[in-house]
Amino acid sequence: MTTLLLAVSIWKAHIWYAVPLAIVISLVYGATRHEAIPEIMRQCWHAGVWVVLFMAGIAAIVLLGGFGVA
Amino acid sequence: MTVIEIKQEGKPNLKVDLRDPLWAAFLAWLWPGAGHLYQRRYAKGFLFMVCILGTFLFGFGLGRGRCVYASTRKNDFRWQYFAQLGVGLPALPALAQAYKTKDGGNPWFPIAYRYPSGSKDPKGNFRNFEIIEDIEAFQKNTDRKPLVDGLYAPPSGPVDEQQNDVLGMWHLESKQKFDIGTLFTIVAGLLNLLVIYDAFAGPSILPQHSKENRKQPA
Repeated sequence: MTTLLLAVSIWKAHIWYAVPLAIVISLVYGATRHEAIPEIMRQCWHAGVWVVLFMAGIAAIVLLGGFGVA
Repeated sequence: MTVIEIKQEGKPNLKVDLRDPLWAAFLAWLWPGAGHLYQRRYAKGFLFMVCILGTFLFGFGLGRGRCVYASTRKNDFRWQYFAQLGVGLPALPALAQAYKTKDGGNPWFPIAYRYPSGSKDPKGNFRNFEIIEDIEAFQKNTDRKPLVDGLYAPPSGPVDEQQNDVLGMWHLESKQKFDIGTLFTIVAGLLNLLVIYDAFAGPSILPQHSKENRKQPA
């Protein structure tokens, strides 16, 4: 229950700061890998999906790890 | 002049003129996107400028102008600044502020004044490095020197994890936004390293992941 409350409070508080960060990282990463705009956008999309999935994976590990502690 | 050629499937090859790559890399470090503008790669130049400077300034604002500073003092080795320095000119004023404040001097561009250590309120309670709302009244009532928060400046006074200090007050007042601002500015600096490489050597295309290939024309 404590972990759930913690997750909700984090969601309410600061998780949205990750959105512009993920967008910017994807765009810049994509643009440094390609020169043509369509290729940049494709790479940007792939990088964005990877970033979000990676962060979701870490969040899931942290949450699951916390269930046993609380 | 260095020209690279990028193969595109079903389209004519794309030629990229890197002009003077070293100069372009230096410009890319100095001002994000400037290296690409120099190489006349305008779309990428403006993209990098907006993304990286936007991220840096957003983080700098979240940290209320305090999260980018240079310090190697005891208990306050600011390793984050090495990453923030990747942004170039927008992070450089921190070096000037560090030099100005190294012997206890006041920083340029003060943004707040704080009660010095040992200050007491009218009831005799110790104050906690709080912000002085009326600096003129403070200076009339005492000859003690206030601590000054400056834009890009390190925290005034000694930093000690075991006691209250100005750095602690920054964290207390900004909540987590001081750290989030630090994170944004670090990410901006690190992303600009990729941009510097792109300005120096062109896009680092991974052949196994791309239909594009690159070659140096003879």
